[in-house]
Amino acid sequence: MEAFRRGLRQGAPFAVAGFILAASFGILADEAGFSPLAAVIFSAIVFAGSAQFASVSIIAAGGTAGAAVAAATLMNSRFLPMSAAAGPSFTGGAVKRAAKGQAVVDASWAMSSRGDGTFDQYLLLGASAIAYVSWVTGTAVGALWGDKLGNPDSLGLDAIFPAFFFGLLLNELHTGRARGVAALGVAIALVLVPITPPGVPVLVASLASLVGLTKRARAEARERQEAEGEPR
Amino acid sequence: MSTAAITIAGCCVITAAIKAAGPIALGGRELPTWFTSVVILLSPALLAALVATQAFAEGDRLALDADTAGVAAGGLVIWRSGSIVGCVLAAAAVTALARAV
Repeated sequence: MEAFRRGLRQGAPFAVAGFILAASFGILADEAGFSPLAAVIFSAIVFAGSAQFASVSIIAAGGTAGAAVAAATLMNSRFLPMSAAAGPSFTGGAVKRAAKGQAVVDASWAMSSRGDGTFDQYLLLGASAIAYVSWVTGTAVGALWGDKLGNPDSLGLDAIFPAFFFGLLLNELHTGRARGVAALGVAIALVLVPITPPGVPVLVASLASLVGLTKRARAEARERQEAEGEPR
Repeated sequence: MSTAAITIAGCCVITAAIKAAGPIALGGRELPTWFTSVVILLSPALLAALVATQAFAEGDRLALDADTAGVAAGGLVIWRSGSIVGCVLAAAAVTALARAV
């Protein structure tokens, strides 16, 4: 599977960074009173970095499980528009498509976007596969041996993902409309940061894409679809 | 059940539901043009918001700190050189440096 292998390759640098972030998650989970096994199970069945950090931070600060799950839900809410966007590109029956939807994480989703509204499902699965392995093993390393690792923050690796998203973003800004939507997304997110819980700013910023409903945008999308001949 | 177990189970169920909803409802069919048009713009909207919040937000406040500098350095590298590897290395290096001083 050529696209799957390409996903593995393109996802590899982020899997390395993800490993370190996962290790710092393992350390945080340990401090919050999760057993190493619980931390690894958390990463294995939830596989959503920002939501895991948010919920465990709340437990560590003495919050309830309900508050932790609510925070994780808000953090993960952006996956609703992301997986809906990728949904039509997933083949197979409903169960298979739902399973493929579980592989939607930020980096893989952005990497697999073809820019014409469709997604390369095998590239997405490949990039997520390698990210998953590193996320789970990194969590185990952090939870078991975190006390010997030092502070992962001092390596600056948490800046890798936003920098990577920045790089992907620059590839998206070829049209004036895309630049306007990006600016609108930034404005919405930053205005909401001080007044809404984490996660909400990014979810609401996704509404900037509704600019695509304007007549001009739809006409251009139609031209793009027709220029491709077969849409998928 | 312990707090940890409830948290993990709750996060698992909700995350799976969030990620499955779209593909179940919309999977494997031809896209109407308005949907395609919105999806094309979803990438710049979400990526820009992710970059902005990760670079500028510390919890519920806005702050210029080490990772802001790192992300800016990464952006500069990819804009000038087009290298994604150089971009993330610069971002990590500048962030680490800013934290060390």
